[in-house]
Amino acid sequence: MKVSLFITCMVDSIFPQVGVSMTKILQSLGCEVLFPSSQTCCGQPAFNSGYSKEARSVAISMINAFQESDVIVSPSGSCVGMIRHFYPELFSDSPEWHEKALSLANRTYEFSQFLIQILKVETLGARFPYTVTYHPSCHGSRLLGIEDEPIRLLKQVEELQLIELPYAQDCCGFGGTFAVKMSEISGAMVEEKTSHVLESGASVLVGTDMGCLMNIGGRLSRKGSNVRVMHLAELLYEGRQLAKGVDAQ
Amino acid sequence: MKHANSTSHLSVKERAKNAVQDEFLRNAVRFTTDRLRNRKQAVTESFGQWEVWRERGEQIRAHTIANLDAYLAQFIERLEAVGVHVHFAVDSSEATDAVLSIIQSKKARKVVKSKSMVSEEIHINQHLEANGITVVETDLGEYIIQLAKETPSHIIIPSIHKSREQIRDLFENAGATQLTTETRDLTAFARRTLRSEFLSAEIGITGCNFGIAETGSVVLFTNEGNADMVMNLPPTHIVLMGMERILPTLADLEVMAHLLPKSATGQNVITYMSMLTGPKRSADRDGATEMHVVILDNGRSRQLGDEQFQAVLHCIRCGACLNVCPVYRHMGGHAYGSVYPGPIGAVLSPLLEKGEQYSDLPYASSLCGACFEACPVRIPLHDMLVQHRQKLVASGHGNPSERMAFKGYENIFAKPGRYRLSIKMARKFLSPLAKEGKIRSSFGPLAGWTKSRDFPMLPKQSFREIWPSLKRE
Ligand code: SF4
Repeated sequence: MKVSLFITCMVDSIFPQVGVSMTKILQSLGCEVLFPSSQTCCGQPAFNSGYSKEARSVAISMINAFQESDVIVSPSGSCVGMIRHFYPELFSDSPEWHEKALSLANRTYEFSQFLIQILKVETLGARFPYTVTYHPSCHGSRLLGIEDEPIRLLKQVEELQLIELPYAQDCCGFGGTFAVKMSEISGAMVEEKTSHVLESGASVLVGTDMGCLMNIGGRLSRKGSNVRVMHLAELLYEGRQLAKGVDAQ
Repeated sequence: MKHANSTSHLSVKERAKNAVQDEFLRNAVRFTTDRLRNRKQAVTESFGQWEVWRERGEQIRAHTIANLDAYLAQFIERLEAVGVHVHFAVDSSEATDAVLSIIQSKKARKVVKSKSMVSEEIHINQHLEANGITVVETDLGEYIIQLAKETPSHIIIPSIHKSREQIRDLFENAGATQLTTETRDLTAFARRTLRSEFLSAEIGITGCNFGIAETGSVVLFTNEGNADMVMNLPPTHIVLMGMERILPTLADLEVMAHLLPKSATGQNVITYMSMLTGPKRSADRDGATEMHVVILDNGRSRQLGDEQFQAVLHCIRCGACLNVCPVYRHMGGHAYGSVYPGPIGAVLSPLLEKGEQYSDLPYASSLCGACFEACPVRIPLHDMLVQHRQKLVASGHGNPSERMAFKGYENIFAKPGRYRLSIKMARKFLSPLAKEGKIRSSFGPLAGWTKSRDFPMLPKQSFREIWPSLKRE
């Protein structure tokens, strides 16, 4: 299967290792991985702040970037949620672009959902001998509808001990520009989230959205905690390397 | 009355900043909201089919509001048929005038009230007190708030931000002696004090959870039974209701009787559901001999026919969206500066009359969607918060520096070439600020972030720069 990556601007510029891990996993599952290079950002920062005109221009460049792609996979439930739910709405006044937006929405998948629902992965051949807790990001779970796909993948990893995160469904306080605009509340929220992470006792926190993980990780780092924060793709890739006896790093 | 928590000149960001520093307030609010949301979860899980009930609730409310003119007309006709005086108020001043003139026509001096958010919305207590009328709140939470000279900070639990110790102190100031902080003791004092008020008041004011169009009944949900006293003991009963509070039939009420208490407090059933159809008839043993219903618009009818915001009128005021909202849980209700706090408040307040002053409330949300998930009638509050922001930007009232920032964003992110260049520039720009791969500097827009968390340094190579080495494996 030909799979085009929508890597997201955040993974592209700040967390490229997430993209590398995702590419390697998809390749090892037999996908031909492509990277349409004119992609940028899903437009969510502008859209969520009420700047729909600006979000539209960015969405147009995204629709163009993926015009030729059959299937698009992304490491962010939030960005995929934006494309699936809001792109068609953004172009409700233009039948031509609405059609294109719908088509992109129907071809775009979040990484864990793609692995479970489309590739129907049942054994990953990974080993990860650590205690892990999982934070379900709000947009991924509430907007996009990610349910237990990440958990089902984590359960395929040998020796991984999954620990429940208390109040897992609570928002970490990221919310894009909210973290800067309402920084005090956002700071209080991430403080509560990290205290739940520490309370879980897990040595690794895993998630499916780098925005939230950058937020939680940034707070953990400030608190001097050594809990490792990883995207699901990184954990799975590292786990496969470990199972093969290769050091992933 | 000057309210202790009147800070309306500040922005929601400033009020939030102050509120977050109040550990005491945050702990009190988090403690109670956690209890409420955990109980709600347990009760809805054991009840089963919750999503089906929510859909039913949404259908009923959507149908009612889509046909509000017809149902409201039917409701008013039935009210009048059973001898109720109906007053329609376009805004709060018309509503307060209507109430005041009823009271003055009776030459009444004392009013007892049960809990009503509409009465808060129109600031009725201040108006009546300014006209020399004594108002006594009889809902325990409202009574506490009245003694503290504050406003409610939650639509269901008005005194959610008060601790037992604070309540005891307030009661001691009101004449109690040797009170403990036990619930039993505190409620006993309130009950004793309020009993004589019920008997001496000439007017009772209640809210209205639902008005039933087919019967002309006013339905109230309470836990303390005080509303029954308020509507039955004084000779005149005034009902204050928002114009959207209608249900077509008693069969619809059955659905709401499941949705409301389960969502609000995690109670399987409400303690008292009182249904009142008209004033006392000659054969009745008790009841008010005169009954008035004041129906308030105050900006609600503007939402009818508005594709984006009509659904705000579906709200049944259960407060579930407040209990799950992380922003509400960390800053409490007063920081919203509006009568209606939390996600529903952030959506509703700017839409009501004089709503412009609340135009920054829609930004008090991380858009996590917990409110929508909790709402028993499935109001898409998180989408409405974004639509409010769009409206503000489209009207040209957005923050000018933000407008420039998003113009800049568009210029970079809609042009792949510029985007690539800007990653390189950001890396250059940030690198002097980084220490051991972390940025803690509070430079420019980073300050909000770095106050409580580290920012990662951009890596030497972006994904797209690494890509050529990956693609042929
Ligand atoms: S918006 Fe929904 S959850 Fe919030 S108070 Fe209204 S009915 Fe309840």
